[in-house]
Amino acid sequence: MSGTPSRQRAWFGSALIALALAVAPFVVGASFGNAWVRVLDFAALYIILALGLNIVVGFAGLLDLGYIAFYAVGAYLYALLASPHFGLHWPAWAILPLGAVVAGFFGVVLGAPTLRLRGDYLAIVTLGFGEIIRIFINNLNAPINITNGPKGISRIDAISVAGRPLSQSFEIAGFTFSGLYLYYYLFVILALGIVFVSIRLQDSRIGRAWVAIREDEVAAKACGIDTRNIKLLAFAMGASFGGVAGGLFAGFQEFVSPESFGLMESIMVLCMVVLGGMGHIPGVILGGLILAVLPEAFRYGAVPVQQALFGKVLMDPENLRMLMFGLALILVMLYRPAGLWPEPRRRREMSEAKA
Amino acid sequence: MDTLLQQIFNGLTLGSIYALVALGYTMVYGILGLINFAHGEVVMVGALVAVAAMKALLALGLPAPLVFLLALLIAALVCMALGFTIERVAYRPLRKAPRLAPLITAIGVSIVLQQLAMLFWGRSYHAVPALLPAESYEILGAQITELQVIIIVVAAATMGGLMLLVNRSRLGRAMRATAENPAIAGLMGVDANRIIAFTFILGSALAALAGVLVSANYGIAHYNMGFILGLKAFTAAVLGGIGNLGGAMVGGILLGLIEALGAGYIGELTGGVLGSHYQDVFAFFVLIVVLVFRPSGLMGEKVAERA
Repeated sequence: MSGTPSRQRAWFGSALIALALAVAPFVVGASFGNAWVRVLDFAALYIILALGLNIVVGFAGLLDLGYIAFYAVGAYLYALLASPHFGLHWPAWAILPLGAVVAGFFGVVLGAPTLRLRGDYLAIVTLGFGEIIRIFINNLNAPINITNGPKGISRIDAISVAGRPLSQSFEIAGFTFSGLYLYYYLFVILALGIVFVSIRLQDSRIGRAWVAIREDEVAAKACGIDTRNIKLLAFAMGASFGGVAGGLFAGFQEFVSPESFGLMESIMVLCMVVLGGMGHIPGVILGGLILAVLPEAFRYGAVPVQQALFGKVLMDPENLRMLMFGLALILVMLYRPAGLWPEPRRRREMSEAKA
Repeated sequence: MDTLLQQIFNGLTLGSIYALVALGYTMVYGILGLINFAHGEVVMVGALVAVAAMKALLALGLPAPLVFLLALLIAALVCMALGFTIERVAYRPLRKAPRLAPLITAIGVSIVLQQLAMLFWGRSYHAVPALLPAESYEILGAQITELQVIIIVVAAATMGGLMLLVNRSRLGRAMRATAENPAIAGLMGVDANRIIAFTFILGSALAALAGVLVSANYGIAHYNMGFILGLKAFTAAVLGGIGNLGGAMVGGILLGLIEALGAGYIGELTGGVLGSHYQDVFAFFVLIVVLVFRPSGLMGEKVAERA
């Protein structure tokens, strides 16, 4: 009996969210300019990445510090197959699935030997792997020029939908809008797809096996879970999401260079997952949104605010932005160690642990 | 032959510095099971404080060796205070939190320290005053400088002292007991909080020494020097078997040798296809290989999945 009104409310809520997502870029673009629409695009991209890492870290409890390597694999695959660098111009819709497969393959190759290690060793091995991939990308311009080294690959083809590159601007009712809007819708749709996959995975047999492994691997094994394969699956799945996100990044930026794939990026994505609330999908989305948007706000707001307060610029905005980021990480963990929006089950565990 | 010997000297120098830093990681990990990500930044702070102190003291007209020792002392004191504060503020409140929480605060501390250092010292590279003798000798065709000898000897002596402290003194026994089982150690009258604070202070003093030595070796100090050094040192600690002091030393020296020899010979081995800029790859490659075949590190004891 109470089902009908609550279902109505759920539909109403979903419709509101859909409407908000649909108008967001126009509201943001009209009030703050196109630079902020770009920030929204990146926020959606980071949410895709964070949801991918959430499968590995949040669901299965495997600490991966080199996640950005899979992003790099996806991005460079796209860059090599759709740019004048090799003269190849494959369509994005062929490359993105291929990116998922190749990144997933790398995930298995890395995971197979290392997943029997304890958590901290896994962390350091994945971190090392991330650095190795970056160093190789940086240096594979000689003797055969594959990645074009530190200069990166430019003039990458934009992602096209129905034969039309998304980067072209378009007109609605006499107003011209940049391609950033179209990318926004593409990324949001893909992010929603990944949210859907994540939710379905979470409630599936596999998802419950992941949680069991996270909570107690020995007990999970005793219950008949093939822990090695299930962990490997988490690793491969997270990696393939990373690969897709990388391909999107390359097509969106139309330029890739090794600089975008440093350790700091891996840490940033990990922080999105942990700050938001590990294993909790809405929390991870919140974490991704906050960490993608707030630092940008600092970048644009730091100078005028300092001018207003002190009459001069005391700190360089980039410096201030990172300082605040570091402080925020410490403070959030001290006061909400399970994240800003933790999974209800986690929150109960935490309060029991305290009692 | 001379390349071999030369790279062995270079590797030993680099390796003894890695070993000093690795000890800080391994001591903290042994007791708390925590990767102290901020440790590399403590090394950086030590180096930059020492450089600032050297410049100030030289301006007073003190003799070079005295300036070096005083600068080292100042750097060590600053780093000890820093290590103590980091533990108190960022780790202690989270001792019962999920494992990832202190790791994130560690990353936060690391970022904050880097940014503060950039505020104080700017983005530029700081030249380190050449206070130590840098004359070089030729041994069997290889060049070794007095500075390298000093670094190796100082590091070895410090590590010897640390081993004595940990294995022979009352305090060391309390440290080992806490690492073994904090609850039981507490019942035997060991104040675990004090021991943990002391461990951080001790590790930070070693980090300050390493920072001074590494900046003297390269002649420069920089706000960004700590991170990759810390990463390598942690790799060294894992290589040797984390939580094991002897392992950290062996791992550090080995990693230094592997890097130096690898960088020296990779060009020849691969027919010029890969160059010495792949130096950083060796560290991680060797680490992965060792962990795959010997998951607990070279000297680590076998640990159960849930220790």
